[in-house]
Amino acid sequence: MRFMDCNRMAGGTLSRAPGRTFMMLLATAISVAAVLVLTSLGEAARRYVTDEFRSLGTNLLIVMPGRSETSGMGPGSFISETNRDLTLDDVRAVRRSPNIELAAPVIVGAVAVNRAGLEREVTVFGTIEEFREIRQWTMEIGEFLPNVGMDRAAPLCVVGATIRDELFGNEPPIGQWLRVGDRRCRVTGVLAEQGTAVMIDVDEAVLIPVVMAQQLFNSPGLFRIIMQATSRDSMDAAKRDARRIITERHYGEEDFTVVTQDAVLSTFDGIFGNLTRALAGIASISLVVAGVLIMNVMLVSVSQRTAEVGLLKALGATRQQVIALFLTEALFLASLGGILGIGVGYGVIAVLRGAYPELDFVPPLWAVGGALVTAAACGLFFGILPARRAADLDPIVALTGR
Amino acid sequence: MIKLRDLCRNFQVGTETVHALDHVTFDIPDGEYVSIMGPSGSGKSTLLNILGLMDRPSSGTYTLDGVDTSTMTDNELAETRQQQIGFVFQSFHLVPRLTAFENVELPMVLAGDMPSERRERGLQALDGVGLGHRSDHRPSQLSGGERQRVAIARAMVMQPKLLLADEPTGNLDTHSGREIVRIIEQLNSDGLTLLVVTHDPAIGGRASRQLKFIDGRLDQDQRQRESAA
Ligand SMILES: Nc1ncnc2c1ncn2[C@@H]1O[C@H](COP(=O)(O)OP(=O)(O)O)[C@@H](O)[C@H]1O
Ligand SMILES: [Mg+2]
Repeated sequence: MRFMDCNRMAGGTLSRAPGRTFMMLLATAISVAAVLVLTSLGEAARRYVTDEFRSLGTNLLIVMPGRSETSGMGPGSFISETNRDLTLDDVRAVRRSPNIELAAPVIVGAVAVNRAGLEREVTVFGTIEEFREIRQWTMEIGEFLPNVGMDRAAPLCVVGATIRDELFGNEPPIGQWLRVGDRRCRVTGVLAEQGTAVMIDVDEAVLIPVVMAQQLFNSPGLFRIIMQATSRDSMDAAKRDARRIITERHYGEEDFTVVTQDAVLSTFDGIFGNLTRALAGIASISLVVAGVLIMNVMLVSVSQRTAEVGLLKALGATRQQVIALFLTEALFLASLGGILGIGVGYGVIAVLRGAYPELDFVPPLWAVGGALVTAAACGLFFGILPARRAADLDPIVALTGR
Repeated sequence: MIKLRDLCRNFQVGTETVHALDHVTFDIPDGEYVSIMGPSGSGKSTLLNILGLMDRPSSGTYTLDGVDTSTMTDNELAETRQQQIGFVFQSFHLVPRLTAFENVELPMVLAGDMPSERRERGLQALDGVGLGHRSDHRPSQLSGGERQRVAIARAMVMQPKLLLADEPTGNLDTHSGREIVRIIEQLNSDGLTLLVVTHDPAIGGRASRQLKFIDGRLDQDQRQRESAA
């Protein structure tokens, strides 16, 4: 039997039973579409999170107190045991490395802030101007803690956009006084609205000089040192330098952890990549279900077509030819359903994109290809039983309907 | 050349064994015109199925052109069926969704012949049964006699040496039946070996050799010097 004839015959039987064919196509299409939609959700989450991390700045390195065995930002990295604090002197020291462009201390705490009777609890960051440079924050108005440095507790502060709205309303905030804990600070600027960022919502934060934060929280220890390497290529060297310099200052004890933005990124990339693959796996179960449906419908169709199969065998069709015919049918259904499913999937994704423009729904290529291949493989696999049953038909019984 | 020796075919029905064919022995030389008669249930169809390689004997041997058919693999049996044997059934067995031409084309499709060749030989075969002008008609658009003629064209399109017809006129009126008999007798006179199972003594009597079966046994084997005109 010629290849084209086999296809033509299989196509002919499928188009003869359009209702049945449509049902099987639909089942396959829905499951392939499910794979596409679910993986695009996972992928959107991955892109969202990694983009957020990328937006933290470029060529970023982060030093945190405490030794962490993992390179990522797992919970372990927040546990400090009997570690020496990170200090402002550590910041001054790492700045000597030619591979480190900028270094800024960060202290974080929750403090009540009030102005003219309005009070609320906010996240307070104690830091310096370089922090803004590294994070590439822009100012809505004013300046970001000008000339503050790490030596004096200048009574200044910068507020996020939400805080400005809540505490100042329509009043111009620059030069106004704000009570931060038991201190009074003059507002020097308002940060442009940033939207929610990973971990830090600066719109709802107040930023004060690091030295004032040390006094406010009564602790010299830093929460983080944020550094920027001179270039992407010097990231490794910068990390090495930071480790060496701080270890030296900590009397040879490496009681802190330096992570690079890349390492954090790749950790999240990995987590969300796995999530996407898990979603693909879950969605593929529906492909198997579609395969089982194809199998059952084809079994029914075999029993309805016994006379035809018997005739083919009487006319000299071999077992292999009968099997080939039915497998071609199954493969047709599965791949056509798969292609339809890709169309449906992209349609649903287009709708999702419309509904959530901030998320980047794109089904990964491997999922598209994988869903197609899996659909075809399921079709073939679940076509085997009906095909064999057809091939095993006794032509006499089939023809006489005995 | 067909050679049967002590051929038996038993069916197990519950605890009972039905001897559909019981030690049947005979030879049929190439080109012979044989009618097979006998009461219903006497084993005629069973015999034709075995001769057509769709069924295997329970015991005994069936030698076709010098080859013991029990030694043939399934694929060899299928190929022999395709190339050497034509079938005509009482109920035609055309595929309803295919046109007359496409039905005739089927054996050539299975054989893997080129479309151009199929076109030529298929139309030729339809012309041979006088239906060249109906090649695009579906079975539902044809009369019983015409359907059987399409079936004959299909059986003959591979140019087999042996034509097996199981009550080919059983579903037809006398007129159409006579036309069918005329066509297959013409084929026989061109050298085809012809075996026709029939209930109709008028048709059976035309064959040069008449086999009569009773209860699975060959009861009579009559030769006629000359077939009736
Ligand atoms: N597949 C089968 N299973 C059981 N019994 C069968 C089968 N085929 C034929 N028989 C029996 O074998 C005998 C001969 O049948 P058959 O060859 O069809 O007779 P005929 O064609 O002469 O009417 C009958 O008794 C029939 O019931
Ligand atoms: Mg019969």
